[in-house]
Amino acid sequence: MSDRSLAFTRRKFLASSTLCAAASIAMPSILRAQEAGVKLGILHPVSGALSYSGTQGRLGATLAIEEINAAGGIKGLGKIDPMLGDALSTPEGGTAEVEKMNSAGVAAIIGGYASAVCLAVSQAAARYDLPYVVDVGVADAIVTRGLKNTFRFGPGFGVIAKTALDNLAEINNHAGKPAKTVMIVHEDSLFGSGLAKLLNTQLPQHGFEILETIPHPTPTRDFNNVVLKIKAQNPDLVIPANYYNEYVLLARTMQQQRVKPKGIYSVLGGAASSYKFVKEFPDAAKYIMDCNHWFDPGSPKALALKKKIEDKGQFYTYEVYMNYSCVMLVADALARAGAADRAKLAAALESSTFSGHVMPYGPTKFVNGQNQGAAPVNTQVLDNDIKVVLPANFAQAKPVFPIPA
Amino acid sequence: MFSPVILITAILNGLLTGAVYALVALGLTLIYGVLHIINFAHGALLSAALFAAFFAFHLLGLDPYLAALLLAPIFFGLGYAIQRLIISPASHGDDRNMLLVTLGLSVVIENALLYAFRADTRTIDLPYAFQTIDLGFTFLPIPRLIGFCVVFAVALVLWAIMRRTDVGKAIRAVAKEKLGAQLAGIEVSHVYAVTFGLGTACVAIAACLLIPTFYVNPSVGEAFVLIAFTIVVLGGMGSVPGALVGGLVIGVVESLSGLFLGESLGQIGIFLIFIAVLLVRPTGLFGARA
Repeated sequence: MSDRSLAFTRRKFLASSTLCAAASIAMPSILRAQEAGVKLGILHPVSGALSYSGTQGRLGATLAIEEINAAGGIKGLGKIDPMLGDALSTPEGGTAEVEKMNSAGVAAIIGGYASAVCLAVSQAAARYDLPYVVDVGVADAIVTRGLKNTFRFGPGFGVIAKTALDNLAEINNHAGKPAKTVMIVHEDSLFGSGLAKLLNTQLPQHGFEILETIPHPTPTRDFNNVVLKIKAQNPDLVIPANYYNEYVLLARTMQQQRVKPKGIYSVLGGAASSYKFVKEFPDAAKYIMDCNHWFDPGSPKALALKKKIEDKGQFYTYEVYMNYSCVMLVADALARAGAADRAKLAAALESSTFSGHVMPYGPTKFVNGQNQGAAPVNTQVLDNDIKVVLPANFAQAKPVFPIPA
Repeated sequence: MFSPVILITAILNGLLTGAVYALVALGLTLIYGVLHIINFAHGALLSAALFAAFFAFHLLGLDPYLAALLLAPIFFGLGYAIQRLIISPASHGDDRNMLLVTLGLSVVIENALLYAFRADTRTIDLPYAFQTIDLGFTFLPIPRLIGFCVVFAVALVLWAIMRRTDVGKAIRAVAKEKLGAQLAGIEVSHVYAVTFGLGTACVAIAACLLIPTFYVNPSVGEAFVLIAFTIVVLGGMGSVPGALVGGLVIGVVESLSGLFLGESLGQIGIFLIFIAVLLVRPTGLFGARA
């Protein structure tokens, strides 16, 4: 560095520090009254194959932050300053953002969406003891690796699959066991493959015969072959496990090729419980059942949030309210921690009993980072709307199965 | 093993899908044949055209097939302007620069779309989108049948332009011998821009054929362009009939390998062909010897 630039830096430093001193003398009250604020990392795949879900997730998180800030921020800590990151729909994209967020000094990171991204992000954040709250990512490995920084408010694979299968058996038994054979169509990354594996071991225990399991990549442009295979084997039930675009294409192609199984039952179906899908393709969506994340239909808060999102011209998808809930969970923990300190925040999350949220969950209690109260519900597309059909304490309608001819 | 009915249906589906691939590849191969560059912005332009078709339907109420009549000339103009005002001045006459400029353009176009329309996946719902023709043993989707016919009509028109008009003659002259064409009084930069415009117009028509049954988001074009590259190599760089036949072959291969190997491995068939063609017949099926 030259003498000239050194001199310039020194002069600039002197000038700016004098200004600062003058300012603090002139406005002491403002400086003291202003709380430092809390930086939160909001990380979603807003570009790439998962960009729709990522954008929806970001919408939910930022809306929660806006609400908190409008109400004066977190008590004692001030307003939340969100640092928005794009995971590019890849694990590497996610970890790169963690590095940026860590050096920017965020108190915690919320988001991830896809299991593969969450796995990578949780590990990267663990290196800095940076609390990380998973918004959706359901792979059980996310919370079973003993990472002290990782928390998941929503349910994981194991719980969802068990609930889904128990509910499927219940619905089928109640209808007089019309369904015996099943075909599974799943996307071939961590989410779909993991789920397919689980279904393959557990469905036979419930008395179902699996005719075939068909994997496909994301994105897939054409589902004609898959539907041909379904048509050839004519299963009673089709179980799709894929993301939004592929789910819609599959359902539309099935409708086009007149493939009408007794039921389409999804587990975490990308579009099965999506208002967007129901609105745009009501005929393809009719009677589809899903075991998925859902809001509490009896919660006035959840319905107010729904209205707010719909007034913005957006769809009220699970990414929205799950991220909204995660931000509220972190805000609650921050208020109890009383500082934007990472260790204190992690401890506050661990002992969280967060209640009054918009999800149909039991009492919040974290064990090894997993919220034990989290549970999915069963929904069905009925009368151009999505209704909760199970469990009974949240249900708005009775399941219609098998699909009327 | 699959029954013959399923195999025939898969082949028919492959042909219908392949026709649209072929149209995307037609644009790419035209541009390659004349400008000798691989147009990396092709996919981004396809995404842009899909958005245009989407908004033509939503804002103007234009049926996608009618919108093709409007969008093809608009995208011809757009392609012409891109080549004349951006690629040509920025590349200073060097082919390698042109390649990089198209790569940069693709990044800019895609991100501009992302900025303007967000990452939402959008679809349109047409009353006939789900209609099928019953062949007795299978159902053929009407929108894809229309697409198939339109692709052949477009290919015929392109062929006529290339063979029967002065512009076509000029394009072929520039493709064969740039300096010679220049000496004969052909304005090379104009021919370049016309070719780029024709390639972009092909993309616009392909978009109008896709939108009734497909979705649009800012990165949707990429998926098609990788396949289109393979088709161009298979059919022969710069060959119009090559792109057409290549598209159909790739469509059938994709469909059959998807059926036998599963959708996840379905693309393997395409890329095996890609490698085999490069090894055995680098000029492609219809390519001229270098």
